[in-house]
Amino acid sequence: MSVPQKRCVQVLNEALHEIFASRADVYLFGEDILDPYGGAFKVTQGLSDGYPDRVFTTPISEASLFGVAAGMALRGQRPILEVMFGDFIALGFDQVVNGISKFREMYDDQVMVPLVVRTPMGGRRGYGPTHSQSLEKLLLGIPNICVVAASECHDLRALLTHAVEDDGPVFFIENKLMYGRVNRRPDDGHIGELAVRESSGPYPALTFSGTNFAEASATVVTYGGMVPVVLDAVTGLILEHEIFCEVVALSQLLPMGLDAVYESVGRTGALVTAEEGTLTGGFGAEIAARVQAAAWSDLRAPVQRVAARDGIIPSARPLEDAMLPSVHDVVEAIAALEGVRQ
Amino acid sequence: MATLQTFYERMFFIRRFEESLLDLFSLGKLVGTTHTYIGQEANAVGVIEHLDPDRDVIFSNHRCHGHYLAFTDDAFGLLCEVMGKAPGVCGGKGGSQHLCKGNFYSNGVLGSIVPVATGIALAEKKKGTGAVSTVFLGDGTLGEGVTYESLNIASLWQLPVLFVVENNHYAQSTPVELELAGSIAARGAAFGVETAELDTTDVDMIHEAAGQAISRIRETSAPYFLVLNTYRFSPHSKSDDQRDPAEIEERRTRDPLLVAGARLADDERSAIEARCEERLAETVEAADAAPAAQPEAA
Repeated sequence: MSVPQKRCVQVLNEALHEIFASRADVYLFGEDILDPYGGAFKVTQGLSDGYPDRVFTTPISEASLFGVAAGMALRGQRPILEVMFGDFIALGFDQVVNGISKFREMYDDQVMVPLVVRTPMGGRRGYGPTHSQSLEKLLLGIPNICVVAASECHDLRALLTHAVEDDGPVFFIENKLMYGRVNRRPDDGHIGELAVRESSGPYPALTFSGTNFAEASATVVTYGGMVPVVLDAVTGLILEHEIFCEVVALSQLLPMGLDAVYESVGRTGALVTAEEGTLTGGFGAEIAARVQAAAWSDLRAPVQRVAARDGIIPSARPLEDAMLPSVHDVVEAIAALEGVRQ
Repeated sequence: MATLQTFYERMFFIRRFEESLLDLFSLGKLVGTTHTYIGQEANAVGVIEHLDPDRDVIFSNHRCHGHYLAFTDDAFGLLCEVMGKAPGVCGGKGGSQHLCKGNFYSNGVLGSIVPVATGIALAEKKKGTGAVSTVFLGDGTLGEGVTYESLNIASLWQLPVLFVVENNHYAQSTPVELELAGSIAARGAAFGVETAELDTTDVDMIHEAAGQAISRIRETSAPYFLVLNTYRFSPHSKSDDQRDPAEIEERRTRDPLLVAGARLADDERSAIEARCEERLAETVEAADAAPAAQPEAA
């Protein structure tokens, strides 16, 4: 590797420092973000010491803080709200559904609401039912917001910088396991053994291929914390069974743009969706609906969905493991596609 | 310094504007909903006289027309908005409860607006504009938890927010006795916020109390909690009123227009009222003639 690789938490932290250094209109709100503690997951470390006038450690009042951030944004500032656990966005939903997402359109474009809500989603740490969820799908039904999901293979610095520069509200979804992992960026067009293409735009999709984008057996579309799980599954299939799949790792979940998926399905003819949230009414359901409408003639099999069971995420690790989608579940879903054979 | 004549004119115009909306509903020229401010006019006029539309900010609620008119004087933009006409201040997208013009905003979910007004105050304080962020609540809003989170934050961070609680004694159809425990003023005081409470429909008294509140905010940059006990004569919305008519009649003896009007000479009052009627008729005619809001061509 020619580039020294940093852990994701460090990349995000450095990006925040750069953003604060370059813009005077950026503010940060969150619980327990003061140094030396620097936030529950340490993403905001050093900011309160560096920018004490623009970093606010807050009461435990998420419902109100979403509104405070909205008020700041309406008046020309660029607030970043850190929500300690993704599960807690539920407390702010009124502000998101009835204010933040509506102000610009219902006020006939007289205002902008440039705010960023940063929050970590995801399980596999034994935190139990209310500190482990992946709730992105609840956001996907809200018009006029942008939902960005960071993964360990994306340019995290660029994603976060674009989110802050966005003139509309952005949910910036991080992942708890991602923080401690290396931010793996393409080196000479590859991550590991897979060739990688990156789409254009502020929140690109990454497409991974084991055949250098020649024909392959299936496409798996995923995001966030499921990216390494899916890459493990696809790499295993290549090594053990010589089944070659493509992986599309989206970073922009909403507004949903699936050009990279359509292109990939054009080469593979089959699609699996993989998400860590619960199955019903999710990311995979929306993508399946869109892909069957837009690329029906490319598909030779029904779309398969991999997701968490429709239930709670138990605390005990063996129970949690059984609930959340695994490498094995992804392999099974690919195998279940008609026409995919060993 | 505005005179009683000016106050009376503003209150009378708001009253007649709101009555016209109810008339237009019965004529089928309005659809959707409205929440009229009839009876509460002295609050808007007395408080907003102290605010500078070029600097200060208001976040209002579903019952926002009185506040909007007192702050912006834009009767045509408001009427068109409520009538779903293209020249409406939000192009017909917002309607009665979702207004925005300059430094005025309103939204239709109770409580929702309070943290936003608090964030506005923080932004203005950081920008050093000296603006006061005023948020109008009602007794019903005091049932919403974010109100208290926001009071806590405004006090903790010493933000220039004027919380105006217009206690009209009913949350839609539910009397205050069935929705609120404890004292309203104590709610502000509990957060260490300077608090005042009035029980009057006299615009001069409200104007004076609001003046003190806003001076305090400008001087300290700290929040203030102003409780105005009031009453609406009209239904919550249009025809949803089960209150005892005797109670309403008794309250009408303290109509803010009667209280202020009694201090004006008859000819002076008549001249003001005639001016308002003429302006209102012109506004209704112009709004009625305006084109309806249409979806943009695809």
